[in-house]
Amino acid sequence: MVMKARTLSRHFRESFKSLVRNGWMTFASLSAVTVTLLLVGVFTALMLNMNKAATDIENDVEMNVYIELEADEVSVSSLEDQISDLSGVESVTYSSKEEELSSLIESFGDEMSLFEQNNPLRDKFIVKATDPRQTERLASQITTIENIAAVEYGEDKIEQLFETLEISRNVGAVLIFGLLFTAMFLISNTIKITIVARRREIEIMKLVGASNWFVRFPFLLEGIWLGIIGAILPIAVVSFLYYNVYEFMEPRLENSFIQILEFTPFIYQINALILLMGVVIGVWGSFMSVRKFLKV
Amino acid sequence: MIQMKQVYKKYSNGIMAANGFDVNIQQGEFVYVVGPSGAGKTTFIKMMYREEKPTKGTILINNVDIATLKAKRVPYLRRNIGVVFQDFKLLNQLTIYENIAFALEVIEEHPKTIKKRAMEVLDLVGLKHKARMMPDELSGGEQQRISIARSIANQPKIMIADEPTGNLDPETSWEIMNLFEEINARGTTVIMATHNREIVNTIRHRVIAIENGLIVRDEQRGEYGYEG
Repeated sequence: MVMKARTLSRHFRESFKSLVRNGWMTFASLSAVTVTLLLVGVFTALMLNMNKAATDIENDVEMNVYIELEADEVSVSSLEDQISDLSGVESVTYSSKEEELSSLIESFGDEMSLFEQNNPLRDKFIVKATDPRQTERLASQITTIENIAAVEYGEDKIEQLFETLEISRNVGAVLIFGLLFTAMFLISNTIKITIVARRREIEIMKLVGASNWFVRFPFLLEGIWLGIIGAILPIAVVSFLYYNVYEFMEPRLENSFIQILEFTPFIYQINALILLMGVVIGVWGSFMSVRKFLKV
Repeated sequence: MIQMKQVYKKYSNGIMAANGFDVNIQQGEFVYVVGPSGAGKTTFIKMMYREEKPTKGTILINNVDIATLKAKRVPYLRRNIGVVFQDFKLLNQLTIYENIAFALEVIEEHPKTIKKRAMEVLDLVGLKHKARMMPDELSGGEQQRISIARSIANQPKIMIADEPTGNLDPETSWEIMNLFEEINARGTTVIMATHNREIVNTIRHRVIAIENGLIVRDEQRGEYGYEG
């Protein structure tokens, strides 16, 4: 479809005129789009950060490999080699029971020093897998090695975390979908009112032979404007909120293995998403309402 | 020019408005379509500019079957047909000039052409001096003349009118008829559905009478043939 410049400028003019003419309806659907996109933006930012946290946690999965008490120094170093030689092992770190105890005392206080008389802890290796998803396989392989008492990697906690994430992701998706649908419906209604108000005009246009695209174009533009204008406030609010959250969280998470998503480029990505959502619901909404009026 | 072959139209409520129309209309003819209300006159007219699509049959206009024409081609069909209605269908928020220019704008005519053509047709219908007035400042007859001017602005080969004098007093109706005569004299085919017996019997042309979805009479220089 090649459109003449003056036709295009006419369509732009018409679309703005009708936004102004239907002031209250425009306001209503703009509010709906704004609220929707705001929630979508905040929710998406939250979801993506949760995902990031989940990945961080996943990447930080360690195995505690406990060594039998009977094992002597020679067999401990041979054990270390044996584990290192397994495929998919990233690192093996030895930690004696004395070291373990002193780190316990450090974190829980002097009461723990009672145990210095008779240390109940065991020597262990801390093993990390190259690919965290291989942790389970590695664990079962290590268990079979002689002189290994037990392997622990907190599988229950990890699975629970992933399950929680999965549920909240689904709930979020349903919520966002519902909101998007509502906003689309409102946009489509606004444009329907525009069309009804201009029914006679459209009828005459069709009778004298205006093409379908000619009739449809201003309404599509109107939908796009509603989407874009509705995206402005959410973009501003999400940017402002995320900036503050980022400034607050970033120094506090400095030493943690969990990190919040960097302000840039994340903020550009999420703002682009909000804008795109606005345009899509605008176009879709107007398309739905124009369709049946074109059959003159 | 216009050829209907075995055209049937059944509406979704079951009414058969066309029960096998067979008609040939030559370029430059003037045809009255008469018959009682609800007999199928309007359906006959509406099928010619594809406001209604026949259920069955062929309608050839310049050898193109408009019964099977794709929806997106319909606008281009309509650019060759001028349509005039009983209720004028003018836009009241636009001036007389703008009303005519609008019809040319939406088919993306060049601005220079729009201005030239609009003034030409206003001159033709004798209302050039009222170009800046609003439709509701004009009499019914004048408004109908504007709507005729609009319909010929694009220089169509065919002119279709559905009871164009239905809302006008007798004297004004004659003025409108003179205009149609003039347009027809320039070579445009005119097809006009009407209830006006006096006009049909005075300005003699071909008459097609429709009753119950059937063409019951088709005479050159025919009469209206119905009482009152």
